[in-house]
Order: sequence, then C-alpha cells, then structure tokens
Amino acid sequence: MSLETTQIQDKLVETFGESVFHFNQEKDIFSFEIAADKITAVILFLKNDPTLRFNFLTDLCGIHYPDNVLERQFAVVYHMHNWYENKRIKIKAFINGENPEIKTLTTIFPCANWMERETWDFYGINFIGHPQLKRILNMDEMVSFPMRKEFPLEDGGRTDKDDRFFGRTQSNK
Amino acid sequence: MSELLLPPEHRYAEIMKNKLNEDGSELSILNLGPTHPATHGIFQNVLLMDGEKILDAEPTIGYIHRAFEKIAENRPFYQITPLTDRMNYCSSPINNMGWWMTLEKLLDIEVPKRVQYLRVIAMELARITDHIICNSILGVDTGAYTGFLYVFQFREKVYEIYEEICGARLTTNMGRLGGFERDWSPKAFELLEVFLKDFPVAWKEFENLFERNRIFIDRTVNVGPITAEMAMAYGFTGPNLRAAGVDYDVRVAHPYSSYEDFDFIVPVGKSGDTYDRFCVRNAEVWESLSIIRQALDKMPEGNVFHADVPEYYLPPKEDVYNDMESLIYHFKIVMGEIPVPVAEVYHAVEGGNGELGFYLVTDGSRTPYRLHFRRPCFIYYQAYPEMIKGAMLSDAIVILSSLNVIAGELDA
Repeated sequence: MSLETTQIQDKLVETFGESVFHFNQEKDIFSFEIAADKITAVILFLKNDPTLRFNFLTDLCGIHYPDNVLERQFAVVYHMHNWYENKRIKIKAFINGENPEIKTLTTIFPCANWMERETWDFYGINFIGHPQLKRILNMDEMVSFPMRKEFPLEDGGRTDKDDRFFGRTQSNK
Repeated sequence: MSELLLPPEHRYAEIMKNKLNEDGSELSILNLGPTHPATHGIFQNVLLMDGEKILDAEPTIGYIHRAFEKIAENRPFYQITPLTDRMNYCSSPINNMGWWMTLEKLLDIEVPKRVQYLRVIAMELARITDHIICNSILGVDTGAYTGFLYVFQFREKVYEIYEEICGARLTTNMGRLGGFERDWSPKAFELLEVFLKDFPVAWKEFENLFERNRIFIDRTVNVGPITAEMAMAYGFTGPNLRAAGVDYDVRVAHPYSSYEDFDFIVPVGKSGDTYDRFCVRNAEVWESLSIIRQALDKMPEGNVFHADVPEYYLPPKEDVYNDMESLIYHFKIVMGEIPVPVAEVYHAVEGGNGELGFYLVTDGSRTPYRLHFRRPCFIYYQAYPEMIKGAMLSDAIVILSSLNVIAGELDA
C-alpha cells in the first residue's frame, strides 16, 4: 500500500489547518506551501509521523521573487523524500523581502547546515538558530548577496559587448 | 607559530591559548590544503591536532566557485550543458544527460527507446570512469601506485569512446534536447566492444591486488566508518551511503532513461568504512559493465538518435539551407526563442557520487528563472570533520579520497 498524496494532504490539513495550503501535483512531485513560522513543526511532523516518514531532506534552496508583494519576495524550497514508500514532496515557504528570516532545520537534519549556509550566502536569508551562519562559497568579505535578481551577472561598465543584438537579456517575454 | 596562522576570532584560537596538555605536550594547528597534492582538489581543512591525532577540523570550501547557478539564469537552456560538465568532471556525461532529462520532463518529451539505451551506455561508462578514478587514487594514497597506472589507461579508452560520440573528452557537452547531435559511429561501438573485452580483465586484476591485500586492509578497514543513521542524517547518497548499508539508488527508486529494463543489483556494504566504500565502488563497476552489455544486446534496430521535436532539436544543416521550416526552427533555437511552459520540475539521476538533482523553475522566458543543482559532494562533505575526528592525519587523506569529493561538484 503506497502512500497517497491525498493521505499526506489530509494528515497535514488535519494537524496544521490553515498553515498548509496550495496543494498540487507538479509533474511527478507533490507540492504545497506552508506558512514560514510553522516550518520546523511541519518538517518534524513529516519526519516523525509513522505513516508519512519523510526521512530524508534531499534539497534545500532559496528563490528570489522581486516582483511579488513584500511578504512573498523570497522563498525557501525544501525537497523531502520518503525512502520507505519512495515518495517525494516539495515544500515552499514564502518569506518577507525586507528582512528575510526563517527557522533553521539543522536540529532536525544535520545536512541542512551547509545548504542553509549556501542559501544565506547567495540570498541573505537568515536562518534563525543556525549554529554557524556564515558565507560558504563566496569570500567572507563580500557584502552583497549575488543570487538576488538585482545583482548583475556582469560588470555594468563593459563596453566590448552589445547584448541588444543577441537577445541576451534575462527575460524577453 | 600557530598563533600567527589563526585570526584571533577563530574558534581554535581560544583552545590554542591553553594548549598545554596535562602531560606537557602541546596541541598544534595544521593547514591541510588548499593546494595539497594529497587532497586531489582544492579543499582547505584547518586541523586541530594533538600529535598526529586529529581533534577537530574546519573545512573551507569555495575555492573554485564559478557561480553556475547565476550564469544559468542568464543563458538559454541549451547553453547550460557546458556548465553541468564542469561540476563532476570525472563523469560529465551523467551530468549532461541529467540536465537534458530535466528539460525533457519539463517539456513532456518522449525519447525513443534506442536513445534511452544509448544514454544508459554513456552514463554507465561515465560511472565506470568515476569509480576507476576514485578507487585507483585511493590506492595511490595508501601507497600502491601500480594499480592506478594499470587501470588508468582504461579511462583513456573510455575517453576515446566519448570522442567518437561527441568529439570531446573530459568536458563532454554530450547530447542534445531529445537525443544526441549525431548517431553513434560504427567506430564507437567497435571501441566499446574492445573496452568490454579488455577492461574486465584489468579490473579483476586490480581487485585482486587490493581486496585481500594486507597493507590495504590495514589502512582502510575501520577507517572513517559512518553508521547508516548518521549517513542519512548528513544527506549521504550514492556509493558512500550504500557502503553504510542503505540500498538507496536513484536508478532503482525512480528509474529514468529505461533503467527498469535492465537487470542489476545494488551492492551494499555494512560498516560504511573506507574499505566498504572501496568494495561498493568495485562491485558497481561490474554492475555497470553488465548494464552496458544488456543495453547493447537489447538495443532496438534502426538509427534513431533523437526524438522528433523540431521546435527543440536543431535540423540538419542542408535542410536549413533548402527548407523554409527548418530555417525558422534553426533560427529560433539558436536565438533561444523556444517555447517553454511555466513550471517547476525536479529531476534526479544517480551520479558517480550520489543523487544529482536539478531543480528547475521557469517563468516562460528564454532562460531558467532559477536552477539549483543538488550536488551530492557538497551535501556529504559536511560530515567530513565528524568522520576524521580521532583519526590520524594519514587516515584523513584516505577518508577524503574514499569519499570521492570532487572540487568542481563541491563548489559549482
């Protein structure tokens, strides 16, 4: 008997009510959003519940949405995997654009440590309670957060390349 | 001396101040790396040592960070494969195929069976080269140079096959959306047959040299063990996890590219120590060889080498000159004007070191809105300080080597 997505949804809604929403099946992954302040509770529940058993944190990363309203300008995305039933889920938590912060998962999954450091390094998302939140891939002296959309890929002063003719803008919708 | 090497706010500085042990011996600080020949890559570890025993370690990474995720947000989809090459450069075809399969999942493209089998062959060849490097270099680190030289020529043979398939050797940029850029030449299959005939002999001999070797066993058994619980908590995947006794393999859990058609076992170890990691990789090479053989035997007839997706697959050059539609498609593809749905996909493949994941967010424009690589090395390398605590310095080198941490994948 495999774990059904409706089962996951019912269990979560039953326990967390309004804090879990926007359930939908994206390609092969069942996804939903959660309120950022409930993150540790939900993840812990998903990990320890005897029927859900999402024992493995596959991936954790940030996304920047500068065009959203202020409360939803950053998102932290968690991919979890239940190895017993072989089921993946994706959880998205939107957070504030001005002062992005969310609770750390390092106490639940030690592997979140570096992934959260990477997210801090590139997006400046503050993980509250992280044991050693400092830059990991960039140098310590850096002051900006390079994966934010406003951070340009190349030096703006370059004159040897005219990108207008090659459509090399970020979006040409 | 050691005080001079540490900034005062470093967490070892306080320990070093009271560095006298009860018996009067001193603790010391050792910088292992960034460019130490024994670490095979650019990793720095500041080691806190008592004599030759490691008390604590602090890894610093990022020396070859190249901002692939940022670059990917500014490049059309087909220009992203060269970036994936440079992650785990010991098995680039797996990374390339992983990326194409992510895109195919996004665009719902059905790939012909023959292409899937060809991809399996390319990926398994890549896994073999990856394991050749890891295991033979582990031999070098324990003082056995001959085995390394002996099997390394077969990596060269595999590179010759890659050269036949795609023209490149190390950073392959192999394949296209929906298949390959050209059919595999008869020469490629010829080289493959020669490889399948010669390599098992050499690999058997390599195994015999190591598996029951007293010196090798002394250096590796019970060195850097990790329990299954710890390994899972630290996000281990791939051979390093399987050495600890967990049989998680993406090829079995979420079969992609028709892996379900092949018959193979997932070798697992028991103690998760260096010796088990070595043995698991050895066994995986045999399984890969068997998968390649099965794929060749089951290969469907014909010469289909790509899916029929004119919007995404470059037309042959002569059609571009003579055929209006092909010209339009050619122009649109080269300019990156291909239609892409707004979606989020996650696709994982079993890389040489574990689950290599691609998390792709698109907004309908010509470039990814966000592309995140789940690099197995990056995630499991954080367990390294935990694994070398209490070990000797020379063990630390062997453990690093057996984890097969590839700098390119670590830093992306």
